[in-house]
Amino acid sequence: MSEIVLELKELHTHFFTDNGEIPAANGVSIKVHKGEVVGIVGESGSGKSVTSLSIMQLIPSPPGRIVSGEINFKGENLVRSSEKRMKKLRGNEISMIFQEPMTSLNPLFTIGNQLIEAIRIHQKITKKESRQKAIKMLKLVGIPRADAIVDEYPHQLSGGMRQRVMIAMAMSCDPELLIADEPTTALDVTIQAQILDLMRNLNKKENTAILLITHDLGVVAEICDRVVVMYAGQVVEQGTTREILKNPQHPYSQGLIKSLPKIHEREQKLYSIPGIVPKPKTGGIGCNFAPRCEFAFERCFHEAPELYSLEDNRKSRCFLHDNNEGEVKKHAKSDIES
Amino acid sequence: MQNPILKVEGLKKYYDIKGGPLGIKVGEVKAVDDVSFSVMEGEILGIVGESGCGKSTTGKSILRLVEPTEGKVVFNDKDITNLNNNEMRKLRRDMQIIFQDPYASLNPRHTVEKIIGEPLLVHGMKSAKERIERIRELLEVVGLSPYHAKRYPHQFSGGQRQRIGIARALANNPKLVICDEPVSALDVSIQSQILNLMEKLKDEFNLTYIFIAHDLSVVKHISDRIGVMYLGRMVELTNKDSLYDNPKHPYTQALLSAVPLPDPDLRRDRIILKGDVPSPANPPSGCAFHTRCPYASDICKEVRPEFKSVEDNHFVACHLYG
Repeated sequence: MSEIVLELKELHTHFFTDNGEIPAANGVSIKVHKGEVVGIVGESGSGKSVTSLSIMQLIPSPPGRIVSGEINFKGENLVRSSEKRMKKLRGNEISMIFQEPMTSLNPLFTIGNQLIEAIRIHQKITKKESRQKAIKMLKLVGIPRADAIVDEYPHQLSGGMRQRVMIAMAMSCDPELLIADEPTTALDVTIQAQILDLMRNLNKKENTAILLITHDLGVVAEICDRVVVMYAGQVVEQGTTREILKNPQHPYSQGLIKSLPKIHEREQKLYSIPGIVPKPKTGGIGCNFAPRCEFAFERCFHEAPELYSLEDNRKSRCFLHDNNEGEVKKHAKSDIES
Repeated sequence: MQNPILKVEGLKKYYDIKGGPLGIKVGEVKAVDDVSFSVMEGEILGIVGESGCGKSTTGKSILRLVEPTEGKVVFNDKDITNLNNNEMRKLRRDMQIIFQDPYASLNPRHTVEKIIGEPLLVHGMKSAKERIERIRELLEVVGLSPYHAKRYPHQFSGGQRQRIGIARALANNPKLVICDEPVSALDVSIQSQILNLMEKLKDEFNLTYIFIAHDLSVVKHISDRIGVMYLGRMVELTNKDSLYDNPKHPYTQALLSAVPLPDPDLRRDRIILKGDVPSPANPPSGCAFHTRCPYASDICKEVRPEFKSVEDNHFVACHLYG
């Protein structure tokens, strides 16, 4: 496999609040290879956004802090990097786009101004050249009338166009890694299709690695090579997109996929996972998903499962995949298959 | 099929745009522009469309939560467009609405008991004992426990709040419930719980739903018939199978092909529409979709296509089927 761009090792990002310590990211390990699109999927509160903010060192502190773990970006541990070094990296080698294109652009400056600022911070070129570059970037992301739009203000653009501008800004310094936090959630489906198409093209053309955070399994199927499923601050399963969507191993991923209404099938009743998404907590014993899991057995309530490795680079955090649990496993497997 | 419980004819809702120092009307936003459809008793009619297409305004105009500019709404053979407030309030016993945002639609200062009890009181259930009995019953129906009655909205999760919203809508045994994006603010695993609950309640209480949503798979799952809206107009209306198997309107085709499916084996020919939805303050002439339509011809720019039946129960507004 090609070289690793980003590697998270047992990342713990905790928030220290009046109600105690909240382990929003509770031992997250993820690898992203060069030119790869990796999706992080999870419901609200699963720690997917906290993970991405930790990579950029943008966790508001206090109350949040990276307690332990490593974030290795091309061999450099970002957890120990100085703020000065991070400023060099952000926007230049790692850039990020956010969910709300409406709030991530400054309403008081023109599009061109904001793009030029980002370019000039990282590249030693004249104002004129950077303006040319800004227009080129806008054209690259498919904005019509780029030479006019460059002098317009964010409010004059629609949501889809603003997200394109954000992508143009993020791509303007040819980053190695693009972190996209729910980039299409606020957009309509026809616009979402345009943006996903654009991201896929940029990934192919520029060979930029993308870490895509989303709750939509459809988006994952469209664009990702590999998927990481998170639940209550932990990675519960990872594998290639195809394997996860076609043959999920962890009971949570199975439930999540089964509870989606399918457009091409007719079903009477939707499957649903009972209960609600829990908040991550420290000191809890047992598997986080056990209270909602239909396969849970006694051990699940007393002991926390590790991330077991399965064949083909897959991993699942479930005792069903512990080889010592032969008896239970057979029993549950036949349940899944039936 | 049974009788239509609701008939909407030529519904229009225009909002004035005021400008200048004197606040003179300078234009109109045509949020809903000549929409007609009917809903049969006991069916679920889905309405889909992108943001700004007027689907929510349609829902609210039916209940007259916003006053329609023009058009007629007939509920149970009674024209309700000209009823006064008092008569309308009485009628709302039979017509209820569930809102999208479970965080904004419940009063944070009221207990659940008060929230669900309010519509009961308004509609004449004076005895407190009866009300408490009914509230307990409703909470159980929507899958909460009677002891939840004393709690405040902030003590509940999003899914539970949506259940409270449903209980409130059902309090007076309505006939028609308008569901305005009831699951779009919820997580996937919670969304399926609420959808199942809504289907169960429909069968149990003989309800009719108008289900407004932007998520096509959700609408497909729950609806019997589906209407597709674009820029204030209904462009296609038919039962769900023919809509998904044989979409006629180019916009519907593009919309369906744009939905990302969680199945890596389904590779489709995607129709990626160019550009954005035009502003409803200044909609294109003729067919509103002609600016983005891959099949647009000259007639589309000039003449607004009629919304008419092209097959059994399949209505389309497009010149391709003229």
